[in-house]
Amino acid sequence: MIKFFLMVNKQGQTRLSRYYEHVEINKRTVLEAEVIKNCLSRSKDQCSFIEYKDFKLVYRQYAALFVVVGINETENEMAVYELIHNFVEVLDKYFSRVIMFNLDRVHIILDEMVLNGCIVETNRNRILAPLLVLDKVAES
Amino acid sequence: MSDVVERTLSALPRLLGQQELGAGLGGPVGPGRVSPTSRLGSLIRSITALTSKHEEEKLIQQELANLKATVSAPSTTLRLMKECMVRLIYCEMLGYESSFGYIHAIKLAQQGNLLEKRVGYLAVSLFLHENHELLLLLVNTVVKDLQSTNLVEVCMALTVVSQIFPREMIPAVLPLIEDKLQHSKEIIRRKAVQALYKFYLIAPNQVQHIHDKFRKALCDRDAGVMAASLPIYLQMIKENSSEYKDLTGSFVTILKQVVGGKLPVDFNYHSVPAPWLQIQLLRILGLLGKDDPRTSELIYDVLDESLRRAELNHNITYAILFECVQTIYTIHPKSELLEKAAKCIGKFVLSPKINLKYLGIKALTYVVQQDPNLVLQQQMTIIECLDHPDPIIKRETLELLYRITNGQNVVVIVQKMLDYLKESKEEYTVINLVGKIAELAEKYAPDNEWFIQTMNAVFSVGGDVVHRDIPNNFLRLLAEGFDDGKEDAQLRMYAVQSYLTLLEEEDALYSQKFLQVMSWVLGEYSSLAADVDPEVILTKLHGLLKKSFVTSETKAWIMAAVTKIASRTSSSKTVDKLIQEFSNSLDTCVRQYAFELKHLCEDKALMKNLLPFDASYTDMVVDASLSFLDEFVAEGLGHGAAPYKTHHQRQEEKLSQEKALNFEPYGLSFASSVSSSGIMGRQSPTGLSFGSDMSGNSAETGHKETNTLKLEGVRKLWGKEGYLPKKENKVGKENEPQTDSCGSLLAARVGDPPALRSDQGGSFSEEDKEKQQLALSLFTGLGSNAGVSLMGRADTTTQKFKRKSKINETQNSEETSDFQKGASSDFGPLLDTLPVSMEDCEGDIHTRLRKPTLCSSDIPEDNLAFETPESLKQPELDDRLSDSRPSQITLFADSSIEIFQPSPSGQCASAEKTLLVPSLPEELEELTHSELVELCQSDAFALYLCKVWTDDSLLLTLFVSNKTTSALDAVNLVFEESEHFQILESATYQFPVIEAQGVEHCKKCVWMDKICAQGILSGSVSYQSDRDTRLEFSIALSLLDFIRPMEMTTEDFGKLWLSLSNDVKQNMKMSSTQDSLSATLTTLQQKLKLHIVDIIGNEGILACQLLPSVPCLLHCHTHSGMLALWIRSPCSALPDGLLYQCQKVMEES
Repeated sequence: MIKFFLMVNKQGQTRLSRYYEHVEINKRTVLEAEVIKNCLSRSKDQCSFIEYKDFKLVYRQYAALFVVVGINETENEMAVYELIHNFVEVLDKYFSRVIMFNLDRVHIILDEMVLNGCIVETNRNRILAPLLVLDKVAES
Repeated sequence: MSDVVERTLSALPRLLGQQELGAGLGGPVGPGRVSPTSRLGSLIRSITALTSKHEEEKLIQQELANLKATVSAPSTTLRLMKECMVRLIYCEMLGYESSFGYIHAIKLAQQGNLLEKRVGYLAVSLFLHENHELLLLLVNTVVKDLQSTNLVEVCMALTVVSQIFPREMIPAVLPLIEDKLQHSKEIIRRKAVQALYKFYLIAPNQVQHIHDKFRKALCDRDAGVMAASLPIYLQMIKENSSEYKDLTGSFVTILKQVVGGKLPVDFNYHSVPAPWLQIQLLRILGLLGKDDPRTSELIYDVLDESLRRAELNHNITYAILFECVQTIYTIHPKSELLEKAAKCIGKFVLSPKINLKYLGIKALTYVVQQDPNLVLQQQMTIIECLDHPDPIIKRETLELLYRITNGQNVVVIVQKMLDYLKESKEEYTVINLVGKIAELAEKYAPDNEWFIQTMNAVFSVGGDVVHRDIPNNFLRLLAEGFDDGKEDAQLRMYAVQSYLTLLEEEDALYSQKFLQVMSWVLGEYSSLAADVDPEVILTKLHGLLKKSFVTSETKAWIMAAVTKIASRTSSSKTVDKLIQEFSNSLDTCVRQYAFELKHLCEDKALMKNLLPFDASYTDMVVDASLSFLDEFVAEGLGHGAAPYKTHHQRQEEKLSQEKALNFEPYGLSFASSVSSSGIMGRQSPTGLSFGSDMSGNSAETGHKETNTLKLEGVRKLWGKEGYLPKKENKVGKENEPQTDSCGSLLAARVGDPPALRSDQGGSFSEEDKEKQQLALSLFTGLGSNAGVSLMGRADTTTQKFKRKSKINETQNSEETSDFQKGASSDFGPLLDTLPVSMEDCEGDIHTRLRKPTLCSSDIPEDNLAFETPESLKQPELDDRLSDSRPSQITLFADSSIEIFQPSPSGQCASAEKTLLVPSLPEELEELTHSELVELCQSDAFALYLCKVWTDDSLLLTLFVSNKTTSALDAVNLVFEESEHFQILESATYQFPVIEAQGVEHCKKCVWMDKICAQGILSGSVSYQSDRDTRLEFSIALSLLDFIRPMEMTTEDFGKLWLSLSNDVKQNMKMSSTQDSLSATLTTLQQKLKLHIVDIIGNEGILACQLLPSVPCLLHCHTHSGMLALWIRSPCSALPDGLLYQCQKVMEES
């Protein structure tokens, strides 16, 4: 079970957050601050899974950006670790040509992949299909 | 792969707004996509540029004000609205609530076209939570979009439904979504299945009728749709695997196809076919094959194949391998697969890649219970991991060590844990580890000194965050003592000395809990240290009382200690000073103590009487009705005082005054209101201070009031189950009749751990030697051979802290004693050469003889000859019998009078029946109970059952009547584990002795763990020395056995009703005899043990609870001969179960 999906930069600014269990807004910011603090405190040669309270954090760093996923003990850490990469690859495939600030689109992509804390789709073509249709309609 | 990563690395920060200068440089801006010069873009950029939180807040507040104005302006276009929504999402993400925009998000979803609509839905799913009231406004839009001809809209609606949807509106969309399951497009079918999964999560009973549609989805021609159905199955199988065993074949086939690369190529991830799908299937198969050899048989092949195919060196294959390993160790074991899995784990653990190492340690932790040898093979790596620079690896390794702790390595492992705690100050880790240390220390402490010092460390490191069970259990352990009085005294004395030394340090700051423990121990046992002047201790305690960091609660503990010590000294200056000083303290609690102390000091005789030495664990007769106060109460009432209200009543009144919704489950406070208030309400010992000498330990007070509550809490943390629970059980039994020869036998097998020997080939460096040394101390007692020795020796060490089996007397938990006594019986056959087993042997033969003679009066020798080979199939047993032949003959002669009494069997039995029919003990006779039924009988004894429905449990009273003419020793009653029922305390009971023609009974409290209409609890009775006299029995228990009325007011009902989520509705036809509502309700009340809360017109409300305390509320409404029932409960299965019972009752009447 995935509890939350975060993208945070090195300065601790949240770039994307999606919670799969309801968390109060003020608690989210506290949590995110602690999560990023935890991630930043770790060096490259340390492992990518952190025990945090009663759940685990799986994180990957891409340049100045951390993607952090909170999971419970039933989840397979390595599978989630690769899920992050799959997600990033999908983003890469979709956004490769244009530079922009697309919070909504990143969310739409993520929503295709993870629902209610479950991994529901990992096929890149299928993840992007709905969004590409929307773009096509908008263009015409 | 690396080029992908690189591209990603460079692209990501840009697309998420890291790079400020990137604006406009990146090529053509697509028409649908927001340009970086957009408002959001500039907002993100300016936020990124800020340096202080304060500035950020100012900026965002301003932004929010702008947004507020824009979204509420009528001229705002949908396109602009969409942009505003994204900015609002951004603001909320940073932690600034923007609730003014929620309604506009819903409007956007309603009015926008496609992308705007999608953003509207997205915003709704991010802003609102499941129970948000605005969510209802979304339903219409969703219904409309589901019916749209535009597939994109249908898709969006399905997506939002599977993210967030109001539970009560499911019926409005369910038929539409069911339709979509037949849609021609895979994406629609897939999303429809996802939506149904959501419904299953939030209201399982609403989708009960479409289970066959899930099956259809599982068999869908499209892999994506099939994959979407897996989370549903995973969930359902987790809840009840037995219903889905028939699907094992399908899951296996699917996995085979996936592994075999039969899916379209775009399902591959780095050339691995649908890895996440594989993982999910493996997980499902693991659940299906768990404890089920037949199902597991079907799974072995595909597991083998998965292992074989996952050869690629890529993270994702490791993830699959890890899942395979877990599944292999979850299902019924198969040696070939275990071997392969072990190899796999070995590869992980030894990998230089840190993430793999982590997985390896985690896997080891998972498998250690089944396969301790594996840990032995990896011991050197584990040692390295213990000193790993990465604390996470260390932590995981400690978790592993925790599971392999035994009496021989406990000192080293606990030391490692304490070392870790020195580095980590994270609260959660501290609580967790400190709890584990305390548990291990109690279980395996090698000596008193170590135990006390370890506990000191626990209290010092843990501070006040330690779980409150830890000090409670520690004190209980000291108070109860062990089987050896001398040991007890030593332990207590050591504790006293240790605390006195600690208190020597003037400026040391101890946690409150530690101070409380110290003061209780000093109060109780300081007189054991004869060489210490009580005055010295009193001075120290006095000093503590004046410290500002000592809380008022702790002061109460200290005062109690002072009082106890004062009772044992003739006169003390310090006490006098203390009384004087604190008689006008501002702290009322301390002041009261001071006054009490003063009065007690004036009457030393009374004081001695009140505070006897070392009596904290003696039972006290408590006049629970407080009858001695009757006069006082009557006088008070006579003077016009208000009558006393129970805790329950007061709480109800308080609740009815509160306006806010009460989300606390009601059951909690009602279930054992007296006991819980007794314990919770009394943090400090004040309340009972002099009433009983248990003042220092509030938990103990609770123990007297309700055994069940207290012992439950204890069992969780301190019970016997720990490392190797099953084996330990067996071991415990083997331990008992140990003799010297047994010890030496076992000791002979000890030797070095096997793997270590093989390692010790060449010469080692100093460091290596050190590690070897550590390994030796850590892994002693592990592994199959060594396992035996561990068990033998662990006994001597754990014995030290084995609780005295005092509980015996209180009837409620015979765990310990059962264990010990049951042990000797089971052990007999194993230790055939030992003299100690002789006694058992004799017993064996004894009963075996008795059996035939009761049935017929044939010549016993023949019977014996006939019986022996049949009943003793194992060769060892035969050996044993021949060994003990001589004694057999003598025995024979001795007891012949008893055995050969000629009495026709039939007559005998009937006579016994009349003689031996048991009756309920008086205290139970008053409670509602069932008729006495016979469960089973043999020649030797009969078993009867009577169900007693007490307020807080179902009490099964089992009677064993001895039909023979000699006493039966050690009759064992064992309940089998049941998934539906939970037997409180222990599932076994042993009758130490049942007199000839006598009846003994035992009581077992049962709760329903998993809801079912009707379930079977089975078990067996066996008579120790005769393996053949084992009788099986089963008891049918119904849901109704566990339903009790729940009293509440209409108002409480209303509040509770609103807070409950799981509900069912059903219309039923009323028969002519129950035409009026009240008649119907009365029927329900009587048959189902419900409480009628209120009847208003043609509506009635009833309440009941499932033991221990799950409330269930019923709402009844009559309408032209129909009864509409609406049932709600926090437990999802309960409404269904109760509805079924209601239907039954209605049909019957």
